[in-house]
Amino acid sequence: MEESPMTETIQFTLNGKPVQLTVDTDRMLLWVLRTDLGLTGTKFGCGESLCGACTVVVNNVAVRSCQTPVKYIRNREVVTIEGLMKDGNLHPLQKAFMEHDALQCGYCTPGMIMNAYSVLRKHPTPSVTDIIEGMNDNLCRCGAHNRIVEAIQTAAKEVKGGL
Amino acid sequence: MKDDQYSGLEFLEEPSDLQISRRDFLKVAGSGIFVLFTVGDTLLAQERQGRRLPTDFNAFLRIGEDGRVSCFVGKIEMGQGVVTSLPQMLADELDVPLDSVDIVMGDTDLCPWDMGTFGSLSTRSFGPSLRAAGAEARQVMLELGSEQLKIAANNLVTEDGFVIDKTDKQHRVSYAQLAQGKKIERHVSGKVAVKKPSEFKIMSKSMTRRDAHEKVTGEAKYAGDIQLPGMLSAKVLRPPAHGAKLIDVDVSEAKKMKDVLVVKEGDFVAVLHKYPDVAEEALSKIKAKFDKPKSDLDDKSIFDHLLKVAPEGKSVAKDGDLKAGESGAKTIVEETYFNDYVAHAAIEPHTAVAKIEGDKATVWASTQNPFTCKEEIAKELGFLSQNVRVITPFVGGGFGGKTRNLQAAEAALLAKLTGKPVQVVYSRKEEFFFDAFRPAAVVKIRSGITDKGKISLWDYRVYFAGERGSQHFYDIPNHSTTAYNSSWVGAAGSHPFATGPWRAPGNNTNTFARESQIDIMAAKAGIDPVEFRLQNMTDKRMIRVLKAAAEKAGWKPGKAPSGRGHGVACGIDAGTYVASIAEVEVDKGIGNVRVKRVICAQDMGVVINPEGATIQMEGCIMMGLGYALTEQVHFKGGDILEANFDTYQIPRFSWLPKIETVILDNKELDPQGGGEPAIVTMGGVIANAIYDAVGVRMYQLPMTPERIKEQTKKG
Repeated sequence: MEESPMTETIQFTLNGKPVQLTVDTDRMLLWVLRTDLGLTGTKFGCGESLCGACTVVVNNVAVRSCQTPVKYIRNREVVTIEGLMKDGNLHPLQKAFMEHDALQCGYCTPGMIMNAYSVLRKHPTPSVTDIIEGMNDNLCRCGAHNRIVEAIQTAAKEVKGGL
Repeated sequence: MKDDQYSGLEFLEEPSDLQISRRDFLKVAGSGIFVLFTVGDTLLAQERQGRRLPTDFNAFLRIGEDGRVSCFVGKIEMGQGVVTSLPQMLADELDVPLDSVDIVMGDTDLCPWDMGTFGSLSTRSFGPSLRAAGAEARQVMLELGSEQLKIAANNLVTEDGFVIDKTDKQHRVSYAQLAQGKKIERHVSGKVAVKKPSEFKIMSKSMTRRDAHEKVTGEAKYAGDIQLPGMLSAKVLRPPAHGAKLIDVDVSEAKKMKDVLVVKEGDFVAVLHKYPDVAEEALSKIKAKFDKPKSDLDDKSIFDHLLKVAPEGKSVAKDGDLKAGESGAKTIVEETYFNDYVAHAAIEPHTAVAKIEGDKATVWASTQNPFTCKEEIAKELGFLSQNVRVITPFVGGGFGGKTRNLQAAEAALLAKLTGKPVQVVYSRKEEFFFDAFRPAAVVKIRSGITDKGKISLWDYRVYFAGERGSQHFYDIPNHSTTAYNSSWVGAAGSHPFATGPWRAPGNNTNTFARESQIDIMAAKAGIDPVEFRLQNMTDKRMIRVLKAAAEKAGWKPGKAPSGRGHGVACGIDAGTYVASIAEVEVDKGIGNVRVKRVICAQDMGVVINPEGATIQMEGCIMMGLGYALTEQVHFKGGDILEANFDTYQIPRFSWLPKIETVILDNKELDPQGGGEPAIVTMGGVIANAIYDAVGVRMYQLPMTPERIKEQTKKG
């Protein structure tokens, strides 16, 4: 039996701006971001919440957009990698990733940074253990892990709890 | 596109023909005539279609009217950092600021032909050609500047994109004024020498990544980020197992879905929609029956099978007399080593976007070899090769896996069949299914040591890993190395699915086996493993590298197993010498290994970007933990049992050891490989550290907890 898609109009905040979108709200946020909204910084890696390449922040908490139905973000605040810069300035995490060369192929990087953002929300002055535990489910195949940890430490010092 | 249509790769050094005399039409060179051609002249285009690096430096660079320099390379950027190191080379040779260089990579219409980005060849093999092009262009600028300024060339210098009067620095002319954004038809007679390391201003300096800003802001485009008007996402019906044949298919439910397009061409069935997730849903509605071939092969029986079907051996190296080595030995060690199939598992899956207009195709692909990809697409479509353009955006990790471009041919075919631009992105399951795995392999070694602790015999036989890294570098009078199947690809009937090059192909297996065997001999001789290696080695480069690693580690000699969990391994790959030391903790009860510290020393000749080279070493160490400890493709017949990262475990943050790297200064030697060498020691160094920790010798990679427990039980 064919199910008819649940097309609804929902409102949410995307990177600080209000958005109204008519969409099948059972669709996953990842694809709505990448197609309808044209924000391709958020990546597809595994489709099953196992790699973290699709990580975005919803109400200050990292979520895996590949497994997050759009209905979940109704009236919520979504931040993607495209929304981290403020007034043309890089976010301290972005700056620290650059300074530490905390990336190679860069494909996991948006997810890493968005997840790190959420880690810093939870642990404003994180220990190395906090960082490693908080980042453990984000996968990087190139092996930039040591530099990512250093970059998050640097960013944490710069923001001093005020993301 | 079928598996067997995939063009295999041969690892050859890239032909560099910059020494070959220049083409006839350049005879105007030296006559004082400065001829300018516009971009895209046919001769250059023909060269770009060729299978050699061009002779004309214009193929590699163009100096714009604004003074910016475009650098054209057929290489691609997949994380290894040539996006930074190649412009460093060009800027230094050309004497322009690094910031003024823009790099264009992997575009088959704009860039000179390239064999592919693999084999750690970008710096050591392509680098000299790019540098030579820069050096010649600088010399031409100097000559043109001399004419313009009416000053003899020997009274001029080049600096920051200017030709400058030595006596009056204000008296100068810019490259931009001289080149005017056009192709430079002046060439220099004879070969222009590239700079010596002592003359480097930009090379051998640490530079942070030039692509980092794009990558931390989400602006960096990968193939899947290319969105074209009217583009459809395609999902292709896949067999449940390799070798399975489609018997029956019912696409009616998928067809009922709004705006879903179904393509069926024989066994090739695809569904398309503007949203990839809706295409995925449509795919799930297809009912298909497949006939699976029966096969008893699985990840356990594969090794007996491989030994049974192994082709005749090919001698890789041989000297002395094995019988004499045997009779001179006090102790003989005979062991067999194994490794399972390993996946590439880049986080970016294979992706392509294809657009067809008339008899022309443009394909954006995540590929390591765009020029090969272009030929494969042309063949698939029946198009002329010159009518196919492959553009390579950033590649999200390759490791050898993206030398296989089935997805690009599929996207092109679907674009042709539907008349619309088509995107193909592999699901993670497809990624594992179609990966050309690092082959399962067996190594048999029979070796002997004299009563003085010298290795007298080395009989080394490698099956199916390939011969790269199979030659030992120890001082052994009687030795033989034989490769049974000298490549990573086997003849039909050997592997149940595709195999291919995986970062430092062959060498991970060979170095694991060799360095384990050396360690066993050291233990039998009761000699410290570093000392044992040093006393069986005369290669000065390797001695230096090993001593550097031991010094950095603070190695304290001891006979293994010392209980400390310290291991050592050496290797050579892509012209680079590596020695690694690891410190591990082993929980014998649960079989778990925790790698606490890895020290890696490397001699890679002249280093172009020390920061970039260090990052590659760190990445190799981290990635290498995976094939050493967990990564194994399970299969049953043609069924690949790995579908995602839940069962296929790659290294994580919680595995992170303390990583310390040393790059030895060696200005005597041209730049060698950097992307792969440090990974080759990781299996061996951890196996040896495990033995030192708990006295358990591991003969098979990966060294999983189950295997460690099993070996512990065996005692």
